[in-house]
Amino acid sequence: MISSLVFVALLAAGITGFTLQVRRLRRGLALARPSGRHDRRKERWAIMTRVAMGQSQMEPRRLAALMHFIVYVGFVLINIEVLEIILDGILGTHRLFRAPLGGLYDVLMSFFEVLGALVIIAIVVFLVRRLRLGPKRLNHPDLTGWPQKDALNILVIEVVLMLALLLMNASEFAAVNQGLNSANQQTPWLISGLFQPLFEGWRVSNLEVFTQSMWWLHFVGILAFLNYLPRSKHFHIILAFPNVWYSKLTPRGQIPAMESVTTEIKSMLDPSFVTDPNAAPPARFGAKDVHDLHFANLLNAYSCTECGRCTSECPANQTGKKLSPRRIMMATRDRVEEVLTGGQGAETRSLLDDWISREELWACTTCNACVEACPLNIDPMDIIMQMRQYLVMEESAAPSTVNVAMGNIENNAAPWAYPQADRGNWINS
Amino acid sequence: MSLNVPTMAELAARGETAEVLFWVGCAGSFDERAKKVTKAVAKLLNQAGVSFAVLGAEESCTGDPARRAGNEFLFQMQALQNIEILNGYSVQKIVAACPHCFNTLKNEYPQLGGTYEVFHHSQFIEQLLRDGRLRVEGGSFKGKRIVFHDPCYLGRANGEYEAPRVLLAQLDAEIHEMKRSKKNGLCCGAGGAQIFKEPESGDAEIHHVRAEEALATGADIIAVACPFCKLMLTDGVTHHGKEGQVQVLDIAEAIATANDL
Repeated sequence: MISSLVFVALLAAGITGFTLQVRRLRRGLALARPSGRHDRRKERWAIMTRVAMGQSQMEPRRLAALMHFIVYVGFVLINIEVLEIILDGILGTHRLFRAPLGGLYDVLMSFFEVLGALVIIAIVVFLVRRLRLGPKRLNHPDLTGWPQKDALNILVIEVVLMLALLLMNASEFAAVNQGLNSANQQTPWLISGLFQPLFEGWRVSNLEVFTQSMWWLHFVGILAFLNYLPRSKHFHIILAFPNVWYSKLTPRGQIPAMESVTTEIKSMLDPSFVTDPNAAPPARFGAKDVHDLHFANLLNAYSCTECGRCTSECPANQTGKKLSPRRIMMATRDRVEEVLTGGQGAETRSLLDDWISREELWACTTCNACVEACPLNIDPMDIIMQMRQYLVMEESAAPSTVNVAMGNIENNAAPWAYPQADRGNWINS
Repeated sequence: MSLNVPTMAELAARGETAEVLFWVGCAGSFDERAKKVTKAVAKLLNQAGVSFAVLGAEESCTGDPARRAGNEFLFQMQALQNIEILNGYSVQKIVAACPHCFNTLKNEYPQLGGTYEVFHHSQFIEQLLRDGRLRVEGGSFKGKRIVFHDPCYLGRANGEYEAPRVLLAQLDAEIHEMKRSKKNGLCCGAGGAQIFKEPESGDAEIHHVRAEEALATGADIIAVACPFCKLMLTDGVTHHGKEGQVQVLDIAEAIATANDL
């Protein structure tokens, strides 16, 4: 009875904490202007199914793809067991589903245990890659400090959760079998069976306390993980799905047209063009801060799990320039957090200059390698382009050489200083 | 072989019209290395008997570098004026010899009222091949090692990896791939208006790195499909001291050479 009360209180606290954090995050995403990406819904559901659920874009890096798939499937399926844990906790029952499911329950538990063991193996591979043998992107200056610590925290929590589950099952079996003579011994589930030697010689009462502890550790661990997620890059596991739903569906080579600019030019060029008197005054051109970006940009930033495939493919980053597409996403997210936290920084600072430098923005070749590399259709180039638009159209702050090229286009219709009248000279030269 | 390249205006004055507009682009009009590509495309179109014309002095920057530098205003000025001219000539089909022009005309002009059937020259020439309007005599490239560098705006931006390779396959040469090719291809460093500015400080130049990757295949010829890639990689080959030994050729130049044009 008391344990039921404690359980319900913890569960309520955990869910409340998570809900409050999700609300905060929604306030963050609401800073953005609308994305306009509510069209072509059928395609959006299809791409979400394929890319997020089916992980179709993980493949080029085979080992990472396989390990990631194991952890993904492992966590999704093992969480079915959480339903039983919650019901047991509330009702004060023990393994509520065992009786109704009969032999199927043992099969399922063995299956979950195998998954759990595979998850642990995958996470060990991840840890080794991150700490020792992995690619440069996992040990990159972008990740210095909190991001690297965050990544390790997540891996450790995941191992603890899985180990708690396996050890709980193992000690429970050890306790049961100690009370039975050798003829009636029960066959343990697949993986927890391997742990049996660990509990040899333990007293039944100690085994029961240990089992209970592991049960509570697993439960509290899940709640803690749930509340850690929204503060971590690992909220990826939830936001990945809506993020892919909001993918850019227009051609990859297309930059969205600014309507306010079209209106202005048409009213300049065409005397008969009538501007809509009710049209809202044009907002700022391009993006100086997160408020100027669109919803999908901010959702991208929160969905990014900082794997760095984008940065490792970026030609600017490979040649030692400051630009790192991953850092563009991380800076965008950190700036939203700064605005949400309030205080002076929210007002006095901005994404441009305080988080992302002009040097980074001008280093982009718009080659789309970062966009191609992202398994989640995150688009760092979109943010870079909007920030360049702000620099050029609001501040006239392009590098002087770019200004020369722009001047040439205006004056002689080519970025180089050759007269337009000579365009056809090649024919007879 | 003398070129037969009328302008749209000349045709209109004679009351004629062309099936296809050949969009030359700034590099193809003014840069000596890119002008060779332009001529090669024109020769191939002539050889295949394609009815085409250029805009000549009426052609203007598509606005791609302006847009990618962040100058949406200048981009739209260019685009709207170009669309007026294109629509004035009732242009239906365009072949562009530059992936940047190609991408902008194909993907960005429809936003502003200019919708055309747009081809990159590799796609158009491949189509001529398939329709039997053009044949390629591969002999002069026999035994050569050729490696193809994918332009970002043809490849990743528009998903066209095959047309240039189909053309190269006609040459009777050994075709090699760089470690990073197709959707993983490394940029030459020119896009996004980079070619018009100084690079930001770093520890290497992008085109030097890419040229090195191409040279590492042991190629005699680095094939490109973009005038800016051609400029960048030519420079990269020179940087590595291979200018006498390794040629950087657009696929159109290669095909035209093969056909003795």
